[in-house]
Amino acid sequence: MELLSNTAVLLGKELRTEFRSRELLTTTVVFVLLIFMLFSITFHPTTSESQQFGPGLLWVAFLFAASLMLQPCFLREQTNDTLSALRLSVGDPFAIFFAKLTANTFFLLLMELLMLPFFAGFFNVHILSVLPQLFLVLFLGSLGIAIPGTAFSAISAQARMRELMLPLLLLPVLTPILIATTDVTAGLLGAEPSLNFAGLGIMIGFDVVFLTALWLFGEYLLEE
Amino acid sequence: MTWQGFSSTGIRFENIEKRYGSLYALRRVTLEIGAGECVAFAGRNGSGKTTLLRIAARLVRPSAGSISFSGSTGNDRRDDGGGVNPPLQADAPMGFVAHATMVYDELTAEENLLLFAKLQGIAEPAARAASLLDEVGLLDRRNSLVRTFSRGMRQRVAIARALLNEPCVLLLDEPATGLDPEGINWLEKTLRHTREAGRTILMSVHGESEISALATRAVRLDAGSVVADTRAGANMHSILTFAGA
Repeated sequence: MELLSNTAVLLGKELRTEFRSRELLTTTVVFVLLIFMLFSITFHPTTSESQQFGPGLLWVAFLFAASLMLQPCFLREQTNDTLSALRLSVGDPFAIFFAKLTANTFFLLLMELLMLPFFAGFFNVHILSVLPQLFLVLFLGSLGIAIPGTAFSAISAQARMRELMLPLLLLPVLTPILIATTDVTAGLLGAEPSLNFAGLGIMIGFDVVFLTALWLFGEYLLEE
Repeated sequence: MTWQGFSSTGIRFENIEKRYGSLYALRRVTLEIGAGECVAFAGRNGSGKTTLLRIAARLVRPSAGSISFSGSTGNDRRDDGGGVNPPLQADAPMGFVAHATMVYDELTAEENLLLFAKLQGIAEPAARAASLLDEVGLLDRRNSLVRTFSRGMRQRVAIARALLNEPCVLLLDEPATGLDPEGINWLEKTLRHTREAGRTILMSVHGESEISALATRAVRLDAGSVVADTRAGANMHSILTFAGA
């Protein structure tokens, strides 16, 4: 119970600070929009071309936006040493991670949902008929990026080359879920939309494994 | 509020070592801090004062040695260096004021105190936050973002945050930093009250001041080792002012 109540309090803090500054959402929305525009203007893709490379482009854009979003996650706690204050205040340090990864997933999902209509518009892709399935893929994919991303953000915030460290650690680890996510998305955006359950299984498995690892070992990532 | 089992909490540092690579921040520090003592740690920059306080706060794991609290010892989990790792969540309420303010610039003074009060499970957090803001003289600025505060005002919020849970052990790393004379006066009164309530205070200081005058014991650290430790008035003066260092 204490874990959940602490998580709720910390999640409230994360949402309040972000909606007050809109720092992460603005940066990532502009970044993704720019990528969609550039690719659309350069290639003028037809619907069939978009169905081929669209899912890959979509997740590359979301991945780099996520990396921008995750970087300041723990870095912001370093400015005034607020991480120490949190560690002294919470009963279970996992509450800190749980709140941050929930907030990161929420912000990622929000950005993705905002950008989806632009993707559909720029690349002539029909998404309305598969919207619920696409939402599920976006949720599992975002969660899969946010879990290790939050953990590596905690590590990189304490490192010397912190800006380099996060993508260096994160990108190789995310390879399995990115392949699965892109594959499932491609199935949904294809000429005959279908849900790839094997890919979905990989995504769920990835999320469960990394969430368990974070729950077991997260405490050590916060130590000085 | 005085936590029943820990109304008089003492701290024992036993052969504490802290290494960062080949650099020793602390070398075999052994100190027995009695319950209700007010200890001032003096020493040059880099002498190990902050590290010792952070180890006492259980924010830093010692490379070797152990720290125990009267009535409660750290668990027996060891790190690579063999040091005992005390649990981060203290049995006894603990307050810590560090160099940094440990509060969020993007939240208001009241939001900051409410956040930490709720995390610490304090009953009636809003009332406690309001009472502390009143005490530190920031009640009329309760809805202002901390980033709009001066350094002294931020320090007041930081001290209020540390006092939220009415700690049995108060750890203060140069607590007068940025405070104006009025603020120092308030801090001196608050610490005197805390000391008279039998709570243990450990603080790092630079030279003699109204704050260091509250100390019942002075310890000087040099290159991570305890080089002087006294409860006698005259000797305390020399330790705090580095006379004969």
